[in-house]
Amino acid sequence: MREIDIAIIGGGPAGLSAGLYGARAMLKTVVLEKQSPGGQILLTDIIENYPGFPRGINPEELTKRMKQQVEEFGGEIILDDIDGLEKQGNLWKVNGWENEYLAKAVIIATGSEPRKLGVPGEKEFTGRGVSYCATCDAPFFKDQPVAVVGGGDSAVSEAIYITKYASKVYLIHRRDKLRAEMIWQKRAFENPKIEAIWDTVVTEIKGENKVKELYLKNVKTGEESKLPVEAIFIFVGMNPNVDLVKDIVKLTPSGKIKVNLRMETSVPGIFAAGDVTEVPYEQVSIAVGTGAIAAMTAVEYINKNFG
Amino acid sequence: MAIKDINEHEFETFVLKSDVPVIVDFWAEWCTPCKKLEPILEELDKKYDSKIRIARLNVEENPSIASRYAIRSIPALIIFYKGEAADTIIGLHPKTYIEKMLRRHL
Repeated sequence: MREIDIAIIGGGPAGLSAGLYGARAMLKTVVLEKQSPGGQILLTDIIENYPGFPRGINPEELTKRMKQQVEEFGGEIILDDIDGLEKQGNLWKVNGWENEYLAKAVIIATGSEPRKLGVPGEKEFTGRGVSYCATCDAPFFKDQPVAVVGGGDSAVSEAIYITKYASKVYLIHRRDKLRAEMIWQKRAFENPKIEAIWDTVVTEIKGENKVKELYLKNVKTGEESKLPVEAIFIFVGMNPNVDLVKDIVKLTPSGKIKVNLRMETSVPGIFAAGDVTEVPYEQVSIAVGTGAIAAMTAVEYINKNFG
Repeated sequence: MAIKDINEHEFETFVLKSDVPVIVDFWAEWCTPCKKLEPILEELDKKYDSKIRIARLNVEENPSIASRYAIRSIPALIIFYKGEAADTIIGLHPKTYIEKMLRRHL
């Protein structure tokens, strides 16, 4: 059992930002990450909308710098998978696979993970044409036709990325316009390899030992069709990772952690930051902002209750 | 033992003929999340030492092996035991998840 001041669960941008502010308050601050720091940003090839990097920055490099900055001020980043959180007096016991931690304050920064489409064939063909990571898998489909499902920033920016490899990218969206940033939309519509298929959903993914075709349905006309592709990249939003705290703190109807403007949850001593909270827009700049607020509030909470 | 980089010629001897379970990490230079598996595999290597083997196989340089096991998504780990692909783990997962899969073969 390790006694610490602030336990931050999750080492994406929100957690690392919280770690920086906790460490600079000279409190014993530990960032607990189950895989390796960085989180969801590692799935993209470049981050263009984080201020201060006019030509964009590679997500691995950004993560490395954020991590260094936490450690520079004495914060610790530990590889551990947290599977339990319980109150012990006025402290919180954080149970990890490797170790147990006793903390005065806890910041939940567990982020989110890609939502599944939920159609037949999706699970069966995962890794054999069904993918949730364009930077990982697009090169496998050089000069082949593929589909991207979704209409947000991830779907559109990744569709553009995939055109570096694929011969053709069908962008399948259930509405008749995209939600993505206008700059992404403009680039997509100017790209000769991208063809949008509007008002359409995928009803089934078919293949033999790999993806061969998609069954589609137009939601306006009801018309059904088939689309031969070698791969389908799915970017239909994110699900918050709330398993650890779902019975402890209040959630919104959509399953995200309810917070106030100071990133306090419904339970004193537990704070939250980043994509796992109800704060809108999954952006690095917002994650680091809410991470900073959560840590500063946690510091005040500790000074007041344990000072 | 240390994590070994293998090519398609070494695959048979190092992986298929091994007496202990072998984790093969299919990776490529382009794949950022693949690099995130390294510290996890290093920890497993230290912890299980000679009870297992861990190998890294570059899918670009060794397409015949990648295609034999239908690798179309990385990071991909295949746990081989007694010459058979016993379990496949696609994508980034926590160490605990990988370790639980591995233990089924120990």
